[in-house]
Amino acid sequence: MSELKFRDPAMARHLAETLVHLMAEIGRPVAVMHVCGSHEQAIAKFGLRSLFPKGLDVIMGPGCPVCVTDVPEVDEGVVLARQGVRIATYGDMLKVPGTVQSLADAQADGARIDVIYSPSQVVDLARGTDEEIVFFATGFETTAVATAAIVTNDPPKNLSILSAHKYIPPVMEIVSEMPESRVEGFLAAGHAATITGSAVFEPFVARHKLPVVVAGFEPLDILAGVVELVKLIRDGEAKVVNTFPRCVTREGNLPAQELLWRVFRPIGGRWRGIAHVPNGNLRFRDEFAHVDARRRFDIDVKSLWDYAPPHLAHQCICGDIMAGIRNPVDCKLFNKECVPENPVGACMVSNEGTCKIWHLYGGVPDLSEIAI
Amino acid sequence: MCLGVPGKIIDIHGSMATVDFWGVRRQVCLDIVDEPVTAGDYILNHVGFAIRRIPPETISETLALYEQLMEENDMDVMAADVRGEIEAARE
Repeated sequence: MSELKFRDPAMARHLAETLVHLMAEIGRPVAVMHVCGSHEQAIAKFGLRSLFPKGLDVIMGPGCPVCVTDVPEVDEGVVLARQGVRIATYGDMLKVPGTVQSLADAQADGARIDVIYSPSQVVDLARGTDEEIVFFATGFETTAVATAAIVTNDPPKNLSILSAHKYIPPVMEIVSEMPESRVEGFLAAGHAATITGSAVFEPFVARHKLPVVVAGFEPLDILAGVVELVKLIRDGEAKVVNTFPRCVTREGNLPAQELLWRVFRPIGGRWRGIAHVPNGNLRFRDEFAHVDARRRFDIDVKSLWDYAPPHLAHQCICGDIMAGIRNPVDCKLFNKECVPENPVGACMVSNEGTCKIWHLYGGVPDLSEIAI
Repeated sequence: MCLGVPGKIIDIHGSMATVDFWGVRRQVCLDIVDEPVTAGDYILNHVGFAIRRIPPETISETLALYEQLMEENDMDVMAADVRGEIEAARE
């Protein structure tokens, strides 16, 4: 873990003290949720939980796009790979478990999987070959825009896309409606809101009467965001506040939004372990059927089901963790049978998964000896 | 994957820009940037695409976190994600 290094230690101290006062005024436990793997990385890495007053719970929700990619979606990629189609995808996807196999398992059996960092690299890959290339595209709206950009830019004919892209605002509704949920406000991810704008959260706030604060990734940005959120909770004020104006505007990136919704339409679908999320999945509109791998190939996922699923998978509580109901330490597999080298659940696979982050940094470190 | 990475535009050729990330030069696509950019501007890069022109008055604030992360060792996941974002742009 890094030592705490704040750009402005006096400001950090001031924010931490403000939180203590606010929590004393509220006088009861408060839980807030963030929905971004990068937020959890920064919170864990910089030990911010040690600065949060007792009674304030800052929980990671479904903020890891790789983790929420559902089992049948992984199965689709695995089946295509086993049929001999060359698959290109982000490195984090390889070990994510499907019903019986991950892409890494299929690769070990001889399937061809190319790890890419950018949709542009997929285009280069397809241009350099006559083989059919399927881009297994994951990620939230920020990443989906980049996929949309290659789709509208005359992609090679041998390239198609298996979209597992997901849209964050609808899952916030689902999580806050869960009967077990204690969440009283959301910290929204700054860079995702760069595209959508902070206004995207206004309908959610109006419907659920819960505040949303858009925050950046610096330790100070996160502290300031949490302070603002707890203040809104104290005042019973449900509104959207943008504490990250250097990257986020109310309207967001309008050309990118136009492109996103020209290419994709939101449809309902399952998020791994969480629930069916109405409008939570991004799928291609009919005008882009020619690049849609689901329409170009006959993907027979049932052919996988002759095999027995991996043991232990039924004990995984990733779903509850991503819904904010339980913590990684509540899982009996955590750091025992389930480790990054040999993950049982998706949350231990990705760098943005709660379990992997807690495995690396620890969840609630004791930093009482580190002065700020 | 949620974390974009800031870089400075060296020059622009069509819809692509040569962008400097702490001495590493990469090609970044400008198709989805939010407003017009020119050489010298800073942009936020995500998976090889510029998603925002960073307002000049906020550059130093924006860079601070990354400066610290770039000093981290290879095992750090946050630093790894930042390096991954730089790798995402074409050589």
